[in-house]
Amino acid sequence: MFNYKNVYIDDWYSIIGPKEKSDGNLKKYNLGLNDYYFNEKTFEKAEVKMQKFVLNHLKSSDIDVICASDLMDQMIVSNLMAEEENIPFLGVYNACASFAAGLISIANMIQAKEIKNGIYITSSHNLAAEKQFRFPVEYGAVKPVRSTFTATGAIGVKVTNKEGKIKVISATLGKVKDSFVKDAFNMGGVMAISAVDTFKEHLKRSHKSETDYDLILTGDLGACGSKIFKKVLEKEGYNLKNYMDAGENFYKTIDCSGASGPAALPLFLFDNVIYNKKYKKILLLATGSLHSPLLVNQKMSIPSVTHAVEIEVER
Amino acid sequence: MKKQEYLKVVEECTAKDKKLINYVNSFTVGGLIGFLGEGIKMICTNYYHLPVSEAISYVLVILIFISCLCTGLGFFDDIVSKFRCGIVIPITGFAHSIMSSALDYKNDGLITGVGANFFRLAGSVLLYGIVSGFICAVIKVIINV
Repeated sequence: MFNYKNVYIDDWYSIIGPKEKSDGNLKKYNLGLNDYYFNEKTFEKAEVKMQKFVLNHLKSSDIDVICASDLMDQMIVSNLMAEEENIPFLGVYNACASFAAGLISIANMIQAKEIKNGIYITSSHNLAAEKQFRFPVEYGAVKPVRSTFTATGAIGVKVTNKEGKIKVISATLGKVKDSFVKDAFNMGGVMAISAVDTFKEHLKRSHKSETDYDLILTGDLGACGSKIFKKVLEKEGYNLKNYMDAGENFYKTIDCSGASGPAALPLFLFDNVIYNKKYKKILLLATGSLHSPLLVNQKMSIPSVTHAVEIEVER
Repeated sequence: MKKQEYLKVVEECTAKDKKLINYVNSFTVGGLIGFLGEGIKMICTNYYHLPVSEAISYVLVILIFISCLCTGLGFFDDIVSKFRCGIVIPITGFAHSIMSSALDYKNDGLITGVGANFFRLAGSVLLYGIVSGFICAVIKVIINV
């Protein structure tokens, strides 16, 4: 558990893909793409361009560190984004929980007074991720309704020690949990168990109750996963009235459980939730399924991790 | 929470696919492809006076060409997600799996990309098709002896 005194999120910039744009739930995005290529030749290059684009909008001369994450092998997208930048770089991979992991890394550096300003960028690209984790893009593999759909988008936040719009209050690093689920389509079932664990851990350590927050926002559990999360916590006596899942709010027109990917939570948070005056104290639970095709092929269950970050929006 | 207890909650909360509709859907579409193949076969035998064995080869070539063309033009994946296994299980799906892998890796080079990944999905179908064909042939030889 980390408590922060003067860590703020001051600025952000987001790019979203064509499906997310037509979806209509992300009202305040900065740039919406019309196709998956972004004037590049391959999906991977398009994702790099998205991250570079975000960085260029947030960059200033006083940035001490860039921290980034993505879903591609060896984090190639983030690495290419940071090359030629001449700013120290830290790559963080926690699958879809990367947003919280990266935010915590920068917040800790600021808290320790080692740096003053840092940028965190994350992205995912539906077609690039599909190609790597599942089937070829043009195959159009049949997906069950319990599966989630990787969001296309990139988002960057500027974390600083100067007073800003959003205050980062505290954070809890999660533990890797075995979900016992072997079904790679049921990511909600994989991640819910670690979300429950980190949620309880954070409340215990911060001496707060679930009603102290205006909103508890999980990352990409989707419709199925958020049901599991709620049910497990209600069985243990928690009252989740102010709970929402970011991923569940995407893709109402597609037959799926919701959005996934490291960008899903921050996109929904910064392009929608932040502008809702109702929510001041928000607990973010960035859920990450540590999935790899190898686990499925060797019939192992998929582990997951969830990190919690508590923020307060200045109104 | 214990393993069994958690898996029970997961089972309860997970959305179920509409299996019956999918079955009917696949059965109809698969049947229609068979109907199309039969139609092509009849045209080949009646109008071009080809022997049946040769006409079947033409049917396969034409169906493979149509599905590959649709994959290349980029709308076969939409058809697959709508009609599901009805269109994946016939030879149209086999051709489509090869074509889509090739398209995916076209930017990764001819040898390391297209060449190495061409049979990414279809490879196992080919391997076990040949193996089972061999076993059947051996059984047939033994029975005939």
